[in-house]
Amino acid sequence: MNQALEQLAETISGRFTGLVARVESRCGELTFEVAPTALLTVCQALRDESDWHFEQLIDLCGVDYATYGQDEWNTDTATFRGFSRGRETPARPATDPSQQTGSAEPKRFAVVYHLLSVQHNRRLRLRTWCEPGEPPMVDSVIEIWKAADWFEREAFDLFGILFRGHPDLRRLLTDYGFIGHPFRKDFPLSGNVEVRYDPVKGRVVYEPVSIEPRTLVPRVIRDDNRYEAALKDAPKHGPEHG
Amino acid sequence: MARNMAEIRSYTMNFGPQHPAAHGVLRLVLEMDGEVVQKADPHVGLLHRATEKLAESKPYNQSIGYMDRLDYVSMMCNEHAYCMAIEKLLGVQVPSRAQYIRVMFDEITRILNHLMWLGAHGLDIGAMTMFLYCFREREDLMDCYEAVSGTRMHATYYRPGGVYRDLPDTLPKYQPSRFRSAKEISRLNEARSGSLLDFIDDFTARFPAAIDEYETLLTDNRIWKQRTVNIGVVTPERALNLGFTGPVLRGSGIAWDLRKKQPYEVYDRMDFDIPVGLNGDCYDRYLVRVEELRQSNRIVKQCVDWLQQNPGPVMIDDHKVVPPRREEMKGDMESLIHHFKLFTEGYCVPAGESYAAVEAPKGEFGIYLVSDGSNKPYRLKCRAPGFPHLAALEEMTRGHMLADVVAVIGTLDIVFGEIDR
Repeated sequence: MNQALEQLAETISGRFTGLVARVESRCGELTFEVAPTALLTVCQALRDESDWHFEQLIDLCGVDYATYGQDEWNTDTATFRGFSRGRETPARPATDPSQQTGSAEPKRFAVVYHLLSVQHNRRLRLRTWCEPGEPPMVDSVIEIWKAADWFEREAFDLFGILFRGHPDLRRLLTDYGFIGHPFRKDFPLSGNVEVRYDPVKGRVVYEPVSIEPRTLVPRVIRDDNRYEAALKDAPKHGPEHG
Repeated sequence: MARNMAEIRSYTMNFGPQHPAAHGVLRLVLEMDGEVVQKADPHVGLLHRATEKLAESKPYNQSIGYMDRLDYVSMMCNEHAYCMAIEKLLGVQVPSRAQYIRVMFDEITRILNHLMWLGAHGLDIGAMTMFLYCFREREDLMDCYEAVSGTRMHATYYRPGGVYRDLPDTLPKYQPSRFRSAKEISRLNEARSGSLLDFIDDFTARFPAAIDEYETLLTDNRIWKQRTVNIGVVTPERALNLGFTGPVLRGSGIAWDLRKKQPYEVYDRMDFDIPVGLNGDCYDRYLVRVEELRQSNRIVKQCVDWLQQNPGPVMIDDHKVVPPRREEMKGDMESLIHHFKLFTEGYCVPAGESYAAVEAPKGEFGIYLVSDGSNKPYRLKCRAPGFPHLAALEEMTRGHMLADVVAVIGTLDIVFGEIDR
C-alpha cells in the first residue's frame, strides 16, 4: 500500500513539476498543494490520464485557516476566582502569521479536494489556496466533476469562497436572505441574529442575538511527546493482522 | 382566450418541505410541462444545524453524539467514521474484539437502514404493507442497540480506542401485561433468555425467511415493477462523475464497496459478496439493497461466532485517550487525574489531517479532520453520501412524470440529517 502510494506521489510530482507540492502526512495519506493557477489543468489530467484515472470527486470543502494553531488559554497562573470558566472569545481573531509563506497577504482560505480512483483503488487529497483578498476566489472544477456542483455551492455559502465558472453559485444550506458566511472563524458560534414570532406585528422578526458567546472548554495545545514515536514508524491503521 | 390558455403550458410547482414523500424536509421547486418534469431544484438546508462548526467548539469526544444525529437511521456507521479519523491521527490501534463488535454493529445498522428504506420507499410508491413488515424486524435490532448503549437510536457507543463497553450478558425481557397473555410473553422472551449474542444469533437464523417475505411482496409485483423499472436510470460513467457511492453506484453496475476494496477493521476476514445492478434504474437499486440485507446478515453471523469464542478487551488501555475504569478511579490517584483531565480538557490530537471513510448503508460516509494539535478539531467535514445523490436529482428526474420524482427520491435513500448537517 505504502509503496504504491510513494509511486503515485512520484509520478504526480514528476508530471506537474513546479505546480504541485507534496504535504507530509502522519497517517499515510497523500496530499498535494496545487497552485491555484494550475488547478484546472492538474485536475483534468488527474481525471483523464491513464496513470491516475481519478474519476470521482468524493468531497470538496473549504477551510478557514485564520486561527490555526492559536489556543485560547495561555495562562499558567490561577486567579482568585480559579481558572475562569467560560473564557471570552475575541470578537475577531487575529490572523496567524505562521501561515504566511512569502506572500504579502496572509493565506487564509483553502479548498480541499478528495479524489478517488475506482479503477486503481487509490485516494488523493489536493489543497489549493484561494487568491488572497475579499472575496476569496478559486476556479470551479464543475466541468471536470459534476459532483462539485453542490459541494462548491456549500463552500460558497459557508465560507464565502467564489468559484470562478460555476454556473449557479447560490447559497445552499443557510436560510433565504442569510447574511454572512457562518463557517468562517470570525463568525460567532451563536450567530448574529435570532428569529421569533412577534404577536404584535403578526409576523416573524429578526433581532440581534441575546445570548453571549461563551467558551465552556478552552482550546489548548499541549506539547505532547507521546506522538513522536508514532510519527516515526509507519502508519498503522486498519485491521490488525496476526 | 383559448389561444392564450394553450400558450401557458409550463408552470412551477412547490413540493414539500412538509410532504410525506419528501423524506424529511426537502423543498423541491419543480418546473412542470403538464405532468412532465422540466427542471427540479431542491432547496435544502432546513435541517442545517452547523454540526461541523459545533464540533469545532468542543473537545473531540463530546462530538460523537452529534454524529448519531447526522444520518439518524444509520447511527453507528457515522460514529465509526468519526472515531476512525481520530484514531488515525492518534495512531491508536483498536483491540480485535472491539473491531468485531464494530463490524457487527455496522452491519446491524445497515440492516436497520435498509429496512427503514424499504418500508418507507414501499409506502411512497404504494406498498403499505412493507412498512409494517420491516418495522417488525427493526424492533429486534433496536433492542440490540438499547442493550449495548442504553438508547435505541443515538447510541454514542463507539469511542476513539474501542467501544464504550462489552456486550451485555442479559437482555431486558417483555413483562406480562393485560394486552399480552403469559403464553405470548414466554414466546417473545424465548430468544431473550440468553446473552445479547445469543439473541443476535437467533435473529440471523430467522432473518433470511423475513427477507423472503419482503421479496414475495415486491420483487415480482407488477405494480412495484411498473413504478421502478426504467425509472431514474444512471449510466456507470455518469454515476462516477456525479460522485455516487454505495448502493446507488452499485445499482449502476460498478462493483465498488469500501468493505471489500479498502477494508477497515476486520472486513477483510469476512466472507460476503457485493451485489451489482445491471441497468441502473430504481428496480436494480432495490434489488441491490435487498441482497445487501442478506449479505449483512451473513457478516453479522460470522461476527457473532467469533465474538462468542474470543473474549478480550474492547477498549485500549491508554488513559491519555480513554478514561480509566470507575473502580480504578476510586482508589488510584493517577486514575483520578486522568479522569479529571479527560473530562475537563479532553485529549490533544497531534497536528495533521486525516480522512476516514466507511461504507455506510447509503454510501461512502467520510470524515475529514484537520487538527492543529489542540483538544478540539480545527475543522471537521462530514462527507455525507446523500449529498451528491440529492444534487443529481434534477438529472435523474428530468423528463419523468411527477409521480416518478417520488420514486427517485425514495431510491436515493436520502436523510436530511446528513445532507443538511
